[in-house]
Amino acid sequence: MNELLRRILFLPEQASTYAESVDQLHYFVIITTMIAAAGVFGVAIYFFVRYRRRSDVEATPRVRPKAIHEVLFIGVPLAFFVLWFAIGYPQFVSLQTPPKDAMDVYVQGKQWMWKFAYPDGPSAVNTLRVPVGRPVRLLITSRDVIHSFYVPALRIKMDALPGRYTQAWFQAEQPGRYEIFCAEYCGLSHSGMVGELVAMPAAEFDAWMATQRRGIVVSQDSAPTEGEHVRPAANVVDEGARIAAAQGCLKCHSVDGSRHIGPTFANLYGREEKLQDGKTVTADEAYLTRSMMEPGVELVSGYQNVMPTYQGKLAPPDTAAIVEYIKSLRSSASRPGPSEPPAYEAIPAPK
Amino acid sequence: MKPSPLPSDDVAAYAPRNYLNAPATGLMSWLNTRDHKRIGVMFLIATTIAFAVGGLFAMLIRLELLTPGPTVMDPMTYNRMFTLHGVVMIFLFMIPVIPSGFGNFLVPLMIGAKDVAFPKLNLLSFYLYLIGAVVALAGMIWGGADTGWTFYTPYSTDTITKVTPILLGAFILGFSSILTGLNFIVTTHTMRAPGMGWMRMPLFVWSIYATSIIQILATPVLGMTLLLVVVDRAFHLGVFDPTWGGDPVLFQHFFWFYSHPAVYIMVLPAMAVISEVVCTFSHKNIFGYKAVAYSSLGIAFVGFFTWGHHLFTSGQSAFDAGIFGILSMFVGIFTAIKVFNWTATLYKGSISFKTPFAYFVGFLFFLVFGGMTGVALATVSLDVHWHDTYFVVAHFHFIMVGAVMMAFLAALHYWFPKITGRTYPEGWGLVAAVMIILGFNFTFIPQFLLGNMGMPRRYYSYSERFQALNVASTAGASVLAIGLTIILVYLLVSLRYGRVAGSNPWLSRGFEWDTPSPPPPENYPVTPVIEHGPHDYDGENITLPPHQHAPEPEPHAS
Repeated sequence: MNELLRRILFLPEQASTYAESVDQLHYFVIITTMIAAAGVFGVAIYFFVRYRRRSDVEATPRVRPKAIHEVLFIGVPLAFFVLWFAIGYPQFVSLQTPPKDAMDVYVQGKQWMWKFAYPDGPSAVNTLRVPVGRPVRLLITSRDVIHSFYVPALRIKMDALPGRYTQAWFQAEQPGRYEIFCAEYCGLSHSGMVGELVAMPAAEFDAWMATQRRGIVVSQDSAPTEGEHVRPAANVVDEGARIAAAQGCLKCHSVDGSRHIGPTFANLYGREEKLQDGKTVTADEAYLTRSMMEPGVELVSGYQNVMPTYQGKLAPPDTAAIVEYIKSLRSSASRPGPSEPPAYEAIPAPK
Repeated sequence: MKPSPLPSDDVAAYAPRNYLNAPATGLMSWLNTRDHKRIGVMFLIATTIAFAVGGLFAMLIRLELLTPGPTVMDPMTYNRMFTLHGVVMIFLFMIPVIPSGFGNFLVPLMIGAKDVAFPKLNLLSFYLYLIGAVVALAGMIWGGADTGWTFYTPYSTDTITKVTPILLGAFILGFSSILTGLNFIVTTHTMRAPGMGWMRMPLFVWSIYATSIIQILATPVLGMTLLLVVVDRAFHLGVFDPTWGGDPVLFQHFFWFYSHPAVYIMVLPAMAVISEVVCTFSHKNIFGYKAVAYSSLGIAFVGFFTWGHHLFTSGQSAFDAGIFGILSMFVGIFTAIKVFNWTATLYKGSISFKTPFAYFVGFLFFLVFGGMTGVALATVSLDVHWHDTYFVVAHFHFIMVGAVMMAFLAALHYWFPKITGRTYPEGWGLVAAVMIILGFNFTFIPQFLLGNMGMPRRYYSYSERFQALNVASTAGASVLAIGLTIILVYLLVSLRYGRVAGSNPWLSRGFEWDTPSPPPPENYPVTPVIEHGPHDYDGENITLPPHQHAPEPEPHAS
């Protein structure tokens, strides 16, 4: 049934269980639409024939609606719309809520290519390799204009915004190669901004990642683009530490938990911060990025608004590196160096 | 008493003194006119030209998409084409055509007034439209923006193409829209003939009134937003461009705060036309007058709180997405009320399947499927897959273009006798209607499926698996174009050679049909007193307009 309807509706293959559940809602919505339309048009066609004009001068009776008619006209569609929403909204919420153990990949859109960076490994252009059966969280940003990361086979899409991070997650269930499109119009080669998602069996993926990290194959997927500084396929955290020092972050932010001009980086990631306006915020990737771009907007309570903006001074990969560096400064998750096994290896393999 | 006992041929008369030849016929008498009918006709001519230009761009786009690679143009030209297609069709055709064109012609006639409340502002509105159109078109010819009609920042603040003239053109067009809206609100409030309470207002006027409210409340936001983009481009103010500290998503919020209600600026007048057409061609009072009237106001109101459904994939919070999703569904409810009431109107009616009624059927079809897919898109999880794909393109063409085009063509045929005093050839009318409705479906049903397959919109090149459906879509568009060309030809011929229509060829109870065709400059010699509802076709409380009892002896105009 699923397969039949999927083909009738020209939907692409379902590379995840999420895709299949969204498609189920799709079928339900289409079927109710067709039934409702058949009802309306069936009645209309019956009226066309039954009440066709026989004489130009015949008078017609005045028909007034009873309250029940209008109640039905409102109630029946409303019931179906609410039912659709009741199914669709939780799906959307689950799509917005990555599991805690998801493996992170940084996604950066630029005119007109996709760049992918793994926190502990290599970066790649236009080819995103992921393990089958493990959740993957994408931290998406853009270097220039707005793009949108779209994988039809996964039924996911998320805009890539300059100066911000958005996130999406998925868990590929079928090994295979799937198209990545840019869905937000971004200029001349918008339609050429296509990439490929390669879902590999987990063991194969781990082997590939290990090879990449050893540096034997420096970049089989990644060719540096013009004007882009080539980063050794080493460790984003080290890179972040270097950039944080070079940019002067560490003049105000300590990394050992001691108090200074700005909040300490130690254990900052995931912390509930109390803001000056009384709200609280969780210091996630998005907050850390916003704090670099617009430091005065969500100021942590008790600190002065003295930090300059890094908008335009930090390229998105540098911002990503600093965020990763801050994430590494969690006492429970300290990472000495690149020899440490990648975090996702600790995730229990799927059944 | 029953509606006219006389077959229409016997009363056919071409009013010798009418708004077309009185007070004068020279070009200056048109350019200087304060007559709402002449201004309406000028709007209709201008918007129809815009429709033809936008349609030409559409055909070029469809031609380019025949093959996966380059076909007839380079990518930059293609990007400019879809921008021009969107800008021309939305700002120059769909927004003004029914309110400024038919609305201007009909609202005063329908409420028994001699003119609109501010005739000079009305003329100014037309000239602002012309200036805006010229500025925008000039910008297109020398530099042509490539941003899409949505002008999303920071692309629009960065692109090397000339966006500023088009933004300024749209800004000026906004004022035209605001002035027309203001005029109709005041006219509706103050100039109704004695006896016409709010509940005796034709449903056309109700819908145009609701549209006008949106026009004056939402359009200023668009104007300010577009100006801010211009300022960002020129002075790097940093409102939207993150390079200068701006917020690109803020633009989307501002833009859709106007542009979503703008959908109802386009669709509500279409519903206005359909409410009239369905009553006249079924000779039947509307089922649920109040429900139809108030649902127009409901759409106008709720339409302001749904803009966030364009931002489900922009990093908006899940909570906001949920709120906007639910609110968007209310628009679907109000639309459903109208659909059911129109259908129920046919019950026990006397249905005459003329060309305008054929367009009503097409309208109903596009509204049901366009509306239901709209609610499906508001079901947030489905939107994630469909967002910015051809599914959305097909959806908004169904609901916006399908509905507006059907209503425009229905109105053109329905009121053609009133505006010109002549009739069009009914046979050709039905042939063209069938071609257009089928052509439209063959154009956009493949696009729904392309969206399901995952083809994003605004793609110059695409993978080969999308080709078959793209070819089908282009084939459908060709049929549509031929149908529209047929209409253009026979209507132009009918202007001169059409049979004289007489004051009320449809035996309608609409008040505008109480005047001779074409109406005299002052509409009514004396202000009429309204004694019945606008859509009464039952036998009891009907009083026929006097000129139908005693047709004036008529020299048939050549």
